[in-house]
Amino acid sequence: MSAYLTAASQLRTVRILGVNNETQTIKSFIFRDRLAAKASPGQFVMIWVPSVDEVPMSLSTINSKEGLATITVEKVGEATGKLHKMKVGDVIGVRGPFGNGYTLTNARNVMIVGGGTGLASLAPLVEEMAQHKGRRVTFLLGAKTCGELLFQERMKTVFATMNQKIVATTEDGSYGTKGLVTEPAEQLLAKEKFDMVYACGPEHMMYRMFVLTERFRVPFQASLERFMRCAIGLCGTCVIGRFRVCKDGPVFSGDQLREVKNEFGYFRRGFNGRKTAV
Amino acid sequence: MSQRLEVEIAGLKMQNPTMLAAGILGLSGASLREVIDNGAGAVVTKSVGLKPREGYPNPAVVQVNCGLLNAMGLPNPGVRDFVEEIRELKQERAGVPIILSIYGFSPEEFAQTARIAAKMGADALELNVSCPHVKKTGSEIGQSPSLVAEVVRKVKSVVEKPVMVKLTPNVADIVEVAKAGVKAGADAITAINTVRAMAIDIETKQPILANKIGGLSGPAIKPIAVRCVYEIYEAVDVPIIGCGGITTWQDAVEFMLAGASAIQIGTAIASKNLGVFKSVTRGVDSYLRRTGFRSIKDIVGLSHRC
Repeated sequence: MSAYLTAASQLRTVRILGVNNETQTIKSFIFRDRLAAKASPGQFVMIWVPSVDEVPMSLSTINSKEGLATITVEKVGEATGKLHKMKVGDVIGVRGPFGNGYTLTNARNVMIVGGGTGLASLAPLVEEMAQHKGRRVTFLLGAKTCGELLFQERMKTVFATMNQKIVATTEDGSYGTKGLVTEPAEQLLAKEKFDMVYACGPEHMMYRMFVLTERFRVPFQASLERFMRCAIGLCGTCVIGRFRVCKDGPVFSGDQLREVKNEFGYFRRGFNGRKTAV
Repeated sequence: MSQRLEVEIAGLKMQNPTMLAAGILGLSGASLREVIDNGAGAVVTKSVGLKPREGYPNPAVVQVNCGLLNAMGLPNPGVRDFVEEIRELKQERAGVPIILSIYGFSPEEFAQTARIAAKMGADALELNVSCPHVKKTGSEIGQSPSLVAEVVRKVKSVVEKPVMVKLTPNVADIVEVAKAGVKAGADAITAINTVRAMAIDIETKQPILANKIGGLSGPAIKPIAVRCVYEIYEAVDVPIIGCGGITTWQDAVEFMLAGASAIQIGTAIASKNLGVFKSVTRGVDSYLRRTGFRSIKDIVGLSHRC
């Protein structure tokens, strides 16, 4: 085997070992892959759905002990639709892990803001944080409706071991506070001094959190989503400003986002390079 | 950087002999600027045509031993929309040549695209007659010396800017195509584009690329590219730009000894990131200093003496 590039960027085919129904539109797929199981929270993989497509996915569990990893997939298009029909034993392809994940600092008072499937990439971060005591975590969770709140049991288990506070919001008020997750976030930021804010979810939410952290002068990290092709920094499909989301991201710091604030929250590029509103 | 590294290709002055290869990162002005800021002597954009194209579905890229296989399918916003990306870049980074790679489905379309590209401020054009995986363009044109000549003639008749022709290695005799292009007025030759190739997954028993067939790049094709440059150098009088698997300064020097006046880098960015332009440039500079040559010009084609 050549040492050219890295083993991680080679395509591996793996069998689906388990399927979990998370919500009506979201399923998790567990597979064994030594490299994906060594990812750091926030890194992503490219998932090949044979005959259909290859799409970027966050890892929602990273279990290096058993060599297992999980992707959590919302049914939105052709590839995810096909994935949702797949069963234990079916074969998918995996490349990665790619990119830079979340940076764990020694910040003591941390805010984590997750919206929708954004929780997929944040869950391993929370579990990693739970390994190191002495941190206080405020977790803000947003969803459209109660049935779409992900990983409730799993988060309860982790949080039982942590110094934490949870605030849940739903847009229809079916669980927690009614409204957008950024509203309690703003109130908390005004009241309390945080050392770091992490966000993953819809871009409008992350952009709002960026603006808030700028205003309250709190370090910020957010995980961006763009169309992707090569995932190794060559094709230019996922560029935002001078950055490549696949290589320089997907997690960006507030300092980096400041450089691209005319683009972040406003537009993304299609496969043909044209700009479309976020 | 030292004067030893300055090169001039068809009137384009470059501070160093490294160029960004077409198809890599060149879809937005900001990413081209980032490549320039990381030390590229010139940049070639992604290939643009008259109309926007989405390209092929994924997988569009797959890694194979010693190389990378891709079938992007010429994704681009169309030459008219690309103006916006280039205009700003031209103002901010004057002095570094910006070369627009263009494609067309006929010689007339090439000429039409070329005219718009020249008007929007391209310093030169590189004609993509070598993409190996889109029907009715690219290498389907580049495999015919007479069609290549027609494309070059039509483009040259509508633009004053230097015109380079990027050739495909997927031909029996690349020299014949190079000669036809030069005779028709090409100011430089770029050699080579990717080599037609494919990969099949043994588990699913399927071709991996959505387009099934793609183009191979990276170290795997370097010896093919060196041979092509060597052969073309013996047959034409215009400058040759070497391309194909260049990852280190040693690779760059090898291409120069074969006959390349400048070199293009693409796939190596995946393994060495954008620092590759500076590392190749520095390495070539110290090679020249150590071996007592005053300029890159002095080593171009030196291997032909033997």
